[in-house]
Formats: sequence, C-alpha cells, structure tokens
Amino acid sequence: MLIKTNGNGFNHPVASDITERAHYENRRALLKLMASGAVGAGLAGWAARQALAQGTDLVQPPGKLPALAVRPSKLAGAAVMEKPTAYKDVIGYNNFYEFGTDKADPAAHAHTLKTSPWSVEIEGLVKKPGKLGLEELLKLSPMEERIYRLRCVEGWSMVIPWVGYSLADLIKHVEPLGNAKFVEFVSLADPKTMPFVGSRVLDWPYVEGLRLDEAMHPLTLLAFGLYGEVLPNQNGAPVRLVVPWKYGFKSGKSIVKIRFTDKMPATAWNKAAANEYGFYSNVNPNVDHPRWSQATERRIGEDGLFAKKRKTLVFNGYEAQVGQLYAGMDLKKFY
Amino acid sequence: MRTFVNQCLSSRFAKPVAFVLALLPFVWLVGAAALDWLGANPAEALERRTGDWALRMLCVVLAITPLRVMAGLPTLAKFRRMAGLFMYFYAVLHLLAYSWFDMGFDLADIAKDIAKRPFILVGFTAVVLLTPLALTSFNRAIRALGGRTWQMLHRLVYAIALLAVVHFFWMRAGKHNFAEVAVYAAILASLLGWRLVQFVKKKALQTPSMPGRQLQK
Repeated sequence: MLIKTNGNGFNHPVASDITERAHYENRRALLKLMASGAVGAGLAGWAARQALAQGTDLVQPPGKLPALAVRPSKLAGAAVMEKPTAYKDVIGYNNFYEFGTDKADPAAHAHTLKTSPWSVEIEGLVKKPGKLGLEELLKLSPMEERIYRLRCVEGWSMVIPWVGYSLADLIKHVEPLGNAKFVEFVSLADPKTMPFVGSRVLDWPYVEGLRLDEAMHPLTLLAFGLYGEVLPNQNGAPVRLVVPWKYGFKSGKSIVKIRFTDKMPATAWNKAAANEYGFYSNVNPNVDHPRWSQATERRIGEDGLFAKKRKTLVFNGYEAQVGQLYAGMDLKKFY
Repeated sequence: MRTFVNQCLSSRFAKPVAFVLALLPFVWLVGAAALDWLGANPAEALERRTGDWALRMLCVVLAITPLRVMAGLPTLAKFRRMAGLFMYFYAVLHLLAYSWFDMGFDLADIAKDIAKRPFILVGFTAVVLLTPLALTSFNRAIRALGGRTWQMLHRLVYAIALLAVVHFFWMRAGKHNFAEVAVYAAILASLLGWRLVQFVKKKALQTPSMPGRQLQK
C-alpha cells in the first residue's frame, strides 16, 4: 500500500493525473455561461453558486444606477452560496418607515430623498470626531461585494449582494477612546423629504445601536450599494449599515450620524416596544417574538405560495463567525 | 329619490348584481395570484387582503340595518344574509390562507400556533363563532330555531366584530401602525353604537312606568 506523508509534498507522480489547464478553464467559462442564464433556470442557480464559489465572479449589475468599483470579498461567510433575491424584489419590498409603513411605500415615495450632498457626523468617544463627506467615505476602504442573508423580524428573508466595506475600517479610522462601549447609528429624519417622519409610529430620528465589538466584527458592513450599483433610495441610500446576523431593523438606513458612547443606546424599536424588540435582536429561531414565531421564514421570490416556510438559522446562519461574541450570554434574556 | 333606490333594490337584478360585486375581490385575488401581480410576497398579500375583505364585509353587514332604518330603505333587508355569508366566505379564506401558506396545513403546528399567539387565537375564535351563524342562515333553520332564538344567536355578530377589531389591532400593534385599525374600529363602533341607542330608546318606550313622564313620539 502506498502511504503518502507530508514529506512527499505536493507532487503528482503521473502527468496524466493533472487536469489540463485548457480543461479547467473551459469548465469555468461553461459555469459562467450557465450562470448567465443560457441554460435552464434550475441549472443557472447551481452554476451561479459554483461561479461565485470560485470567488472571482460578481453579481451582474442591472444597469439602473451608477456602478461601483467592486471586488469579491475574501472574508469567511461574506458570500453565501444561495441564489440572490431578484433585483426587483430587493428594491420593491422594503421596510423604511420614513416613507410609509407599507412595504411598497419606500419604492413609491423615496425618490424625494436627497442623497447629495451627504455627510456622516462622527460624535462622542472618539479621537477624531467630525464630519465625513460621502466622497471621503467612499474612498476610505476598497469596496467589496458581500452576499448576505437578510432576515426580517416579520418572518421573511432575502439574499442580497451588498457593496461596501467592513464598518471596522471606518471605526479604526476615527479611533474610538478606551471607554467607548457602544456605537449608535442615527438615520436621516427630514420631514420635508420623508413623508412619514412625524407619524407617531416611532420616535424620529430612527436610532439603532451595536456593542462596539459587534460593530467591529468584519461581517458588519457599511454598505453603499447593492447589485454592483449605488444604493437605491428605498434601500437606505447613500450609506447604511448591514448586520447580517441580526433582524433587518438593526441595520439603520440613510445614516447621518455615528456616535460612540459608554451607555447602551436607546434604539427606535426598543423604545416603541421593549418587550418585543430587544437591543441585541440576533436572529434566533428559539426565541419567539411575543406575537409571532421566529422558527421559520419565507424566502422572497423562492418559496412559492404553497411551499412550507424554511427553517430559520441561529444567528441567521452566521453562528460560526459571530457566535463567540455572545459566549456565555443567555440569549433568551438578552433577545 | 328614496322610492327610486327602493325600486332599484327590489329589481330582480339587484341580488345577482350584489352577488357579483361581493365576489369581485375574490376573482381579483385569484387572478392577481395567477398573474403574479401580488408583489414580492404573494402569500402575505393573500393573507392580508382576505382579512381586509372579511372586515369590510363585516362593516357592510352591520351597516345594512342602520341604513335601512335611517334612509327608509326596507328592501335592503334582503341583502343581509348574502352579505353575512360573504363575510364568512372571506373569513374562511383568510383562515385557509394562513393555514396553507404560513403553516403548510400542518394541524399540529396550527394548534400550537393558536395556543401560542393570542392574536391568532382571537381571529380563530371569531371564525369559529361565525360558523353557527353561517350554518343557520337558511330559512328552514330560522323556522326550526324560532325567530327569537335565531335572533339571539345571531347577535353573536357583535362579539365577532369586537374580536375582529382586536385581532387586527393586535396584529398591527407589532409595528405600531394603527391608522387603518382606527378606521375600522370607528366604523364598527358607530354601527354598534347606533344599535345601542336604538335599544335604549326602545327600552324607554317599553317601560313608561314613571308617573308623570311624557313620552314624545
């Protein structure tokens, strides 16, 4: 019996064991062709995942908005092997209460949002507070494509190819002080361009927050685009947060202020109903919302009318990456 | 004007026209589902819209008697049963949509869900309470029960109206979104309030026992 050890190194005894370069390149080309939809839809999904798995291919931009220069992400967990939700659903089915409570409202009304000029105020316990213009933010770090699951607290989910960089890059840039423990994100609240600001549904502006270590986690994304292009207004243009292991409402949209504090921020939904929306709000099928179950979810555009809903994953499937942030915590208590 | 409306309502086409009108939302929903016009989450859209239509039909049912009396349109009475049955039809569709799209007809899951979520329990109770009303809606059942018993039984609809609003309120409470709930609550409250006023007036008429009190007619 032939036993190979590390000492043998990476060698192939026979030349014919090696796949010829022409062949594997051909396979990649074929996969790309299939992914582009030249073959049946079912196969296209498989091929798209295979093409993505090679880490060199990006989602095809729909050509609706200015494109962003993007590279694929090398980060573990940054590109789920699931079919991205159709662009029309990603931009047409949104919760963005500043523009109305119906999920069709943001797409219908967000055109009034003025995203230029735009700046983000850095406040609180940092060495370098001040205003950062959008141009500066865009150049702060290279843009990556991150294909994340998005799980809404309402029980539906999507897979969205975001464009942005780790929020940690910005945090390191502004240098938080040693006593900074939390980060607060404040969304724009302009009653002139946002028709629903002023309604009694929530306290405006919309405020969200993370623990500093959550904010520093590389998966926490400062997003500027989706599907290879700048963010459509209804998705939180021009800059928003994406925290893929938390319910969607934790990811503030159209951010104008980032504040570093030593106290847990009072977040919008927590203020509205503390027993229903906790500060952490990590996706967790074992901790139900008081009025509905979180055990399952409906994947938009994929789970047909009559398909049973799919099981929701702990930390939305990012447990391997973020589980250690909550080691020893009672997740039922800190929901 | 009033006689004209009464004439229209007593025309032999009135009932078929009302039937078709009440069926239109259902036809629209089935067509929209088939043509993929219900947006990104058709299951949710069907669940919500069937609920909306059950509520609207409830408002129609409860509006018939006040309208009949206040506008002097006795012919309206004959539409009451049809409206009630359509309310039941949309309520059952609503329950069916939830059981099917959300729960995949898994009865154990549904039972667990009803026990766990108060707003589902309230909605489910409303449909259960509606069932005997639908089952006793035909003439023979009315005769068999006797008018008085039948009427007592059918007053359950007032409780059902309350349950329906609570169900809707509780569903929307998750998102603090009460504008629409308030509209339905106001409509139903005024329709039930009108009945309360009638009831109090009638009571006053029936008991003219206070000495020296003059009742005005």
